[in-house]
Amino acid sequence: MTNADRGWELLPLGDGALLIRFGDAIDEALNRTVHAFAARLEKEPFAGMIECVPAFASVAVHYEPLTVMRSRSQDEARHETVYETVYARVERVLDSFVAADAMEERTVIEIPVCYGDELGPDLAFVAAHCGLSEDEVIAIHSGGAYVVHMIGFAPGFPYLGGMSERIAAPRRQTPRTIIPAGSVGIAGKQTGVYPIATPGGWQLIGRTPLALFRPERAIPSLLHAGHEVRFKPISRSDYDRYGEGAR
Amino acid sequence: MSLTVLRPGMLTTVQDLGRYGYQKYGVVAGGALDTGAARVANLLVGNDDREAVLEITLGGASFAIDRPMIIAVSGGDLSATLDGSPLPLWRPVYAKAGSVLSFGACASGCRTYLAAGGGFDVPEVMGSRSTYLRGAVGGFAGRALKADDELGVRPPNGRTMRLASLIASAVREDGLAAASWHASHFAVAGSAEEQVVRAVPGTHYDRFTLESREALFGQSYRIGAQSDRMGCRLEGETKLLLSLPLELLSEAVALGTVQAPPDGDPIVLLADRQTTGGYPRIAQVASVDIAVLAQLKPGSRFRFEAIAQTEAERLYVAGERDLRLLRAAVSLKLRPLA
Repeated sequence: MTNADRGWELLPLGDGALLIRFGDAIDEALNRTVHAFAARLEKEPFAGMIECVPAFASVAVHYEPLTVMRSRSQDEARHETVYETVYARVERVLDSFVAADAMEERTVIEIPVCYGDELGPDLAFVAAHCGLSEDEVIAIHSGGAYVVHMIGFAPGFPYLGGMSERIAAPRRQTPRTIIPAGSVGIAGKQTGVYPIATPGGWQLIGRTPLALFRPERAIPSLLHAGHEVRFKPISRSDYDRYGEGAR
Repeated sequence: MSLTVLRPGMLTTVQDLGRYGYQKYGVVAGGALDTGAARVANLLVGNDDREAVLEITLGGASFAIDRPMIIAVSGGDLSATLDGSPLPLWRPVYAKAGSVLSFGACASGCRTYLAAGGGFDVPEVMGSRSTYLRGAVGGFAGRALKADDELGVRPPNGRTMRLASLIASAVREDGLAAASWHASHFAVAGSAEEQVVRAVPGTHYDRFTLESREALFGQSYRIGAQSDRMGCRLEGETKLLLSLPLELLSEAVALGTVQAPPDGDPIVLLADRQTTGGYPRIAQVASVDIAVLAQLKPGSRFRFEAIAQTEAERLYVAGERDLRLLRAAVSLKLRPLA
């Protein structure tokens, strides 16, 4: 069920989801196509579609099989499986889908971070590992522009692209059993922010007072795929004051 | 209030059928692990099958019922009693104000669902009343129930009220006011020594060694102690290994996705799974058999049986028809006798 010449591949993901793979690399243009297609499907959902989950290079479409079955057109009535019907419905959207050429302006989200000391206990390790001073690590980390490729792993957790390899550092030998919400970390060539307290092995270089996961809001994630993220160093007193203001 | 927690047991949470439409923001779908049992419990008390129920894990929980209501317990057999009398599962029962509902040892299965006429009253968060423990979201204050928590029940609909009045007068010899009919054919927590879980080969099935593929559908698996609402961690003798190393990008997973991390012991993703994952997927459990896994205790064993995608779909559709039939059957019980 491939359609490699047209740039995508459709696969079943169980009896209630279909996966559309547009490629297998982390690539800006590819990622734009993924999110544009997910947005298009959401705008024109087919009967039985529940939701779309875009990632780096793929989109999963979750559906309710019985609703799909009951909404079959005359043409679709000959399908032997529900998957076949969903496949045809998704393919129809793909056929008329043209990835936007125009580069849309990215929304920039600034994330204040208090680096080092107790809020970033691994900053010294990262600096030593990279042969840099702590201030240099902060300057490099906060000097970069990062693109949100996808949200996953935890509510509101952004997979960010664009970190300088000069501050890359391996994961901790022993993961921490609990990492506080707001922690900003580095793992290999990736950087990220933990929206909720979870166990984890990332090197923690700072913490943001900003809530990335906001379950009470209509859109519970501060960051969306396609956003550009910039980190802004703040002092400990700014961090503490920010917290008060928000509460 | 309507129900007071006397003892919460090992883990009791408010659950419904899950939170949909937010997975793209990383929010887990969640919901009851054994959705079939939760839905049947709701239908038996006249509720819509999506109402919030209590998911009671292993034994030890007990509740004081503060006002009269119709209840049903479906799923694993945790030796439920109402005021000391054994409470029949898969059947609507009328509980008087002041009665005590208790759960004891696991006779079969490990999770049971308590539905109350009207449905448990907790606020909807992102369109669902289910509890997402790790995110401290939804359910009762985003957490598992504790002793002295007081839960409300939403106003019952007409079906529920008619059922309650019918059943309240059906007092049996043991003193319980219970329906004479039941839905125990929905039980999956069988007594078989080794259960079977049907699965379809996954998106990376062909990338595994022949030995691994044969082992997946040939060997016996044990449910690991680390299993939880997020996933069933399995232990098998032959480890599942890729033929060649594979660099995978994180992408969406689904309920029942069987991932094989480098250690070769697979994990079946359940309700509280992450929305995306980066491990190779060797198989996909048929939706209808998620309930079998949800009812297996750590330490118990089962085998996977390979089925085709078409068969998994057919089973799903048949399961949904059974639930619709049950709803219709409950309606028939409500019809006044001619």
